[in-house]
Amino acid sequence: MSNAIPYLPRGVRTHYDRIRGRNVLLGPERALMLDEIGHAIIAELDGKRTETQIAADLATRYGAPVEAVSVDVAEFLTDLADKRLVERRDP
Amino acid sequence: MLAELTHRCPLSCPYCSNPQELTTISAELETDQWADIFRQAAELGVLQLHLSGGEPASRRDLVDLVIAAREAGLYTNLITSGIGLTPKRLEALNDAGLDHIQLSVQGVAPQLADWVGGYKGGFERKMHVAEHIARLGFPLTLNAVMHRHNLDDLPATIELALKLGARRMEVACVQFQGWALENRSMLQPTREQVDAAKALVAHARKEHRGTLVIDFVPPDYYADFPKACMGGWGSTGLNIAPDGKVLPCHAAETIPHLTFQHAQDVPLAEIWYDDPAFQAYRGTDWMPDLCQSCDRRDVDFGGCRCQAMAIAADAGATDPVCRKSPHRGLVDALLEAELGAQAQQDFIYRKPPASV
Ligand code: SF4
Ligand code: SF4
Repeated sequence: MSNAIPYLPRGVRTHYDRIRGRNVLLGPERALMLDEIGHAIIAELDGKRTETQIAADLATRYGAPVEAVSVDVAEFLTDLADKRLVERRDP
Repeated sequence: MLAELTHRCPLSCPYCSNPQELTTISAELETDQWADIFRQAAELGVLQLHLSGGEPASRRDLVDLVIAAREAGLYTNLITSGIGLTPKRLEALNDAGLDHIQLSVQGVAPQLADWVGGYKGGFERKMHVAEHIARLGFPLTLNAVMHRHNLDDLPATIELALKLGARRMEVACVQFQGWALENRSMLQPTREQVDAAKALVAHARKEHRGTLVIDFVPPDYYADFPKACMGGWGSTGLNIAPDGKVLPCHAAETIPHLTFQHAQDVPLAEIWYDDPAFQAYRGTDWMPDLCQSCDRRDVDFGGCRCQAMAIAADAGATDPVCRKSPHRGLVDALLEAELGAQAQQDFIYRKPPASV
């Protein structure tokens, strides 16, 4: 899956909730409160870069080991893909 | 937040969650009154708006209402039977920024579906609407309301969801509220059906992982513990009736000692925070000792107040479906009686609101 390009499908979008002071991922019948890491990953989904590239970019930006970041990104996106809140397509 | 835009509907499902006393068209809120409520709701922290009914497409201003909801910043979901959604209207809803459509089906076989919905030709029209929903690329949830007469068709229902390209489906066993209470003995599934459905859903979830998300709403009467109705009274959800009445849940009017305020008279925030009807069962203070001392207190919040009212005649009682409830015997007796010989022969259909 790491070679796939993840993106938010139609009907799923982020929203800054002023009342709660948090970012949420809104989708059909779902409102998922995003923590900082979750939001950082979602913000990277530009529909152009692959999961591998995104993990590498995040690792560089936060000065974290790329192996660990890759695992986090993959887990997070797979969970959302199972809920159909994230789609993946071939590059 | 659920906005019941109208009680009008071309169908007359015998399990409709609308109250027995339906609001007439002349009492319905105007477009700008709804728009104002949507803005207030967003201010209050509401994220998702469900446009429901009755049939929301029966409102001529549906497109304008969606525009208003999106301008208010709300994630906007349309809960519809599909009847009344012409291709042209769907296109306008698409342009208006409607986020998601939840299409209800009464069954997968045309004859059965039309019998349940009390509307001839309804199934075929619905499938036609579904094609246009898919063509326009709307994210779709298929909402299948299940009961004794269609629970055995669950495999075909899942197939239908896949065929229509739905991302989600809700396998929602009828909840006994509103009109469904009148038809309980016709609708109540058997325990065998429920067990089979659970197994099927578990299997289908695995098989269609990543393609179709399946939510299962089990029938209460066979459960050991109640559902966390509304996620707890007055905690996360609210319901606006067609005339602007603000309710903690859609069935709250069945609790006779509660009175409700209208959103066109009182600011929504004031109702949400201070209205005695919202305070009545908020939190845990109101609970009987049984629930207060229970480790599921913050899981199910003592269950459904309207169910306690309907079965135990006390809205402040532990939900009678709970195994610990002193009223559980009433539920078991109902199950036994209603699956027995004296089952009713045909549906009592929902009647249309008076046309004034
Ligand atoms: S349950 Fe049936 S009758 Fe009631 S609003 Fe929905 S489609 Fe109409
Ligand atoms: S006793 Fe009350 S809190 Fe405990 S499971 Fe039953 S309904 Fe829920």
